[in-house]
Amino acid sequence: MINRQFFFKGYKSILAPDSPAIALGCCFIAIGALLKNLGFNIQESIFSTMLTYALPGSLVMAESLLVGASLLNIFLAVWFVNARLYPMAVSLFPLMMHKNQPKWKYYFSCHFIAVSAWLIMKSNYKTVPKKQRIDFWIGIGSATWSVAVIGTFIGFYFSEYLNKDMMMGLAILNPVYFLCMMVGASKTIQITLSVILGTILGPIFYFLSPEWSILLGGIIGGTIAYLIGELNVS
Amino acid sequence: MSVSIFYAILVTSLATFISRFLGAVSSQGIKETSKLFKWFNCLAYATLAALIARTIIFPAGVLIDASYLSRIIVVILSLVVFFVSKQNYVYPTVFSALCMAAINNYF
Repeated sequence: MINRQFFFKGYKSILAPDSPAIALGCCFIAIGALLKNLGFNIQESIFSTMLTYALPGSLVMAESLLVGASLLNIFLAVWFVNARLYPMAVSLFPLMMHKNQPKWKYYFSCHFIAVSAWLIMKSNYKTVPKKQRIDFWIGIGSATWSVAVIGTFIGFYFSEYLNKDMMMGLAILNPVYFLCMMVGASKTIQITLSVILGTILGPIFYFLSPEWSILLGGIIGGTIAYLIGELNVS
Repeated sequence: MSVSIFYAILVTSLATFISRFLGAVSSQGIKETSKLFKWFNCLAYATLAALIARTIIFPAGVLIDASYLSRIIVVILSLVVFFVSKQNYVYPTVFSALCMAAINNYF
């Protein structure tokens, strides 16, 4: 089963000085308040966070519900905005693959793929033996997932105390935290270029197609960064 | 609201899980030293950067009501705090929330 020592080592990563707990918790407080204002009850809000556990996806769902979009439209809009999770999974799971670990652990723990957990794992995986990395990852994922659920709960019940300025403060906190983590992770030419090109191309492609802008910016920016990095090495 | 919240949650979860699950399945045969892995790593970082830039420049939710200038000022100042605090993640994050709330309250 799951190695408890490495599971808890991963779980405790949320308590580290540079942990995403504050940023993540605050963002889901904002989501909890938003869902309540949309007419969700507490069970629906908690299940939404538990089952989706992806902030941009939840925001898109909320926006779509507000404008009265159909289920198919919600599905496509969320799928487009959360398609980034595919390259994130492919660039993470090979680091944790071990022949002695059962496959179900990988399929189960893919639900924890989200920016905060992914960035923590990317910066810490080398400190864990390869066989135990999946247990460490499940620990990190469980911790960030718990913070998201608790944040939603707090946001739902404290929504009436949050004015618009406070909600704006909570909303900017998440992109700023991720931006700092990305800048901090930019230690090779390929990653640095990926971050710079993605930042520039994402908004540019928004003018061509808002739905496809993230994917197009990511695929084109990432591919150019990869090719330049490979040329530089050779 | 035209669709029920219950089905909206289910559809959102499914649309999110598909990408995660397909990623987990298709990464089975990929080695961490391969070129394909490196390429996907670049794609992941670039896609995330594109998402963050879009969230700041073309936001959804309450941030729409914050002016473009205020968002840019907050992000730049937060990055300054990040570098001044020797790449600490907590100070710029907390600063950004306080700064955004203050700017929108007083200006």
